[in-house]
Amino acid sequence: MEQGTGGQRSGGVRPCSPATLLHVIIQLMCSSNNINLGGKKMTSRVEDPAVAISRRRLWHGDLARFARRYGLQIGIVGVFLAMWAFFIIGAPRTFLAPEIYGAFMSTIPFFAIMALPLTMVIIAGEIDLSFGSIMAIGVLVFVNVWPRTGNWALAFVLLLVTGFLVGLLNGIIVVKFGIPSLVATIGTQFFWRGVVLVVTGGRPASLVPLKGTILHQALVGRLAGYVPAQMIWAIIVAVVVWVLLNRHRFGAHVYLVGDNRDSAMLMGVNVDRTRMIAFAIVGLAAAFAGLLASLEVNYFWVNLGEGYLLRTLASVFLGGTSVFGGVGTILGTFIGCFIIGAIEAGTVAIGLSGFWTQLIYGLIIVVSVSMHSVLRRRLARS
Amino acid sequence: MDYILEMRNISKRFGEVNALRQVNFAVACNEVVGLVGDNGAGKSTLIKIVTGYHTPDSGEVYFNGQKLEGLSVAEARQLGIETVYQERALANLQTLWRNIFMGRELTTHLGFLDVNGMKQETEKLMIGSMGFTSAAVAPDAVVGTFSGGEKQGVSIVRALYFNAELIILDEPTMGLSLSETRKFLEFVQGIKKAGKSSIFIDHNVFHVYSVADRIVVLDRGAVAGEFLTKDITLDELMEKMYRVAQTGSLD
Repeated sequence: MEQGTGGQRSGGVRPCSPATLLHVIIQLMCSSNNINLGGKKMTSRVEDPAVAISRRRLWHGDLARFARRYGLQIGIVGVFLAMWAFFIIGAPRTFLAPEIYGAFMSTIPFFAIMALPLTMVIIAGEIDLSFGSIMAIGVLVFVNVWPRTGNWALAFVLLLVTGFLVGLLNGIIVVKFGIPSLVATIGTQFFWRGVVLVVTGGRPASLVPLKGTILHQALVGRLAGYVPAQMIWAIIVAVVVWVLLNRHRFGAHVYLVGDNRDSAMLMGVNVDRTRMIAFAIVGLAAAFAGLLASLEVNYFWVNLGEGYLLRTLASVFLGGTSVFGGVGTILGTFIGCFIIGAIEAGTVAIGLSGFWTQLIYGLIIVVSVSMHSVLRRRLARS
Repeated sequence: MDYILEMRNISKRFGEVNALRQVNFAVACNEVVGLVGDNGAGKSTLIKIVTGYHTPDSGEVYFNGQKLEGLSVAEARQLGIETVYQERALANLQTLWRNIFMGRELTTHLGFLDVNGMKQETEKLMIGSMGFTSAAVAPDAVVGTFSGGEKQGVSIVRALYFNAELIILDEPTMGLSLSETRKFLEFVQGIKKAGKSSIFIDHNVFHVYSVADRIVVLDRGAVAGEFLTKDITLDELMEKMYRVAQTGSLD
């Protein structure tokens, strides 16, 4: 993790960081390669030492660049593997059995599907705290349309449209009225939760009759009797968001807006539209995740989405996305979700009480956000 | 004379402040115009109207004889108006190629990025146009790690790449070392040789005088006077500018 944001100076590599480890491993592999090659060639010609040095430098330069570019991702993968190993050693009976992974794949996608697009909002320098309520308002539309029309496909489409529009409204409030997104989305979070409570009167709605439909099978069925369909959806969302962020003009603008809004504006980037669309996509994903979570338990509870706020945000920040904007990766968030999702089960399995999970979540958010602040200041000075 | 840019009776207010009052300003084809004046004279406002960032309250803007209305930054760049801001117009946490193509990414019809194309172009530009050979200035390098001169080079290359007709240089020598400044002034002369036009804004009258064909002096939102550099000595110009700042009149 020490290597932090996508491109830092190579000087900051500390011993024992995963990035350094990988660095050393690759270097070892390469140097043994060189020795082999040299051995074969020895008979024909002796390599000029200057060439050898420059080649070594080249390797070193490439490695440094590689570490700088992917340091963030290498770091998070390292943290993930270390934690996994720790849990396997601490609770082998739990973590070597397939059941726990089935459980992870069924629950983690609910917030992973929101954390992935939320990464784009945070890279753009904004934040959204209202997605938990958007989950509920989306499903509220679904459970009102579907019984009346008998058409779950229509209800599903309207759920997605509602999510998109509610998200877009967040964007409009932030962009057009110039209200900081932190404040705006606290407001909309309460507002939409209130709408759900007022409309339902607090009564849950049953989704049991949907069992056995294609919708239920496609969204929360079990593939080969084991892999939850929502896991497949989480992967699809990850791929789509990755392509959007890294291979589409929209994503390029997301990074520019979060990095330096003024310069993006001076260079003709449509800053307002970019931010509004980012909010709308989070809304769309939240409504979808809300339906998944409700179908999984066959009921729509009016408090749907409460309790997702902390772990979703923690996943994004743990994944290396900077709270100041401009930096972040989809792979980081995806793995961050699994780390956050595993902490709860893991702490209990290794014998700590469940009370520890909140403490660890909190620690992770504070440490990862502080780390980015330090790295960013260091970069600004260099 | 053919004008590439003509601005007639431009006025712009920000609340109580009259940033520009009935300004007439023009740039001829293949002319380098120096725009000088004290802080708050309205230089930046005038420039930002040309680049589509601000809309004038009244007045007309013509580019290549064509009247411009409701101009956006993206449209201005499409027309061939590029601006070299100081390093402040770079995204410091992003890679070089993303900065070069900021706001004008190479994409397919559906908006998907041509990442390899942009990286290759960036590599070519850096070696070809700017003569950067330092390994640190690679397409994938993060711009925040560059020196001030390198950052300025990035801004310039960015303006040049898109075949600009009119290149606006907004205080480009600020923060540059002596040798970087010299290289930069050579670059401005290069703009003229290439048959393009330029507006050069700088606090340093000496820099402007050495490369501009004509110098326009702005004072408190209005044009105080203009001179062909061949008709005036540097000393006379500085004398007049000093008088304008003191009294609001040239003579």
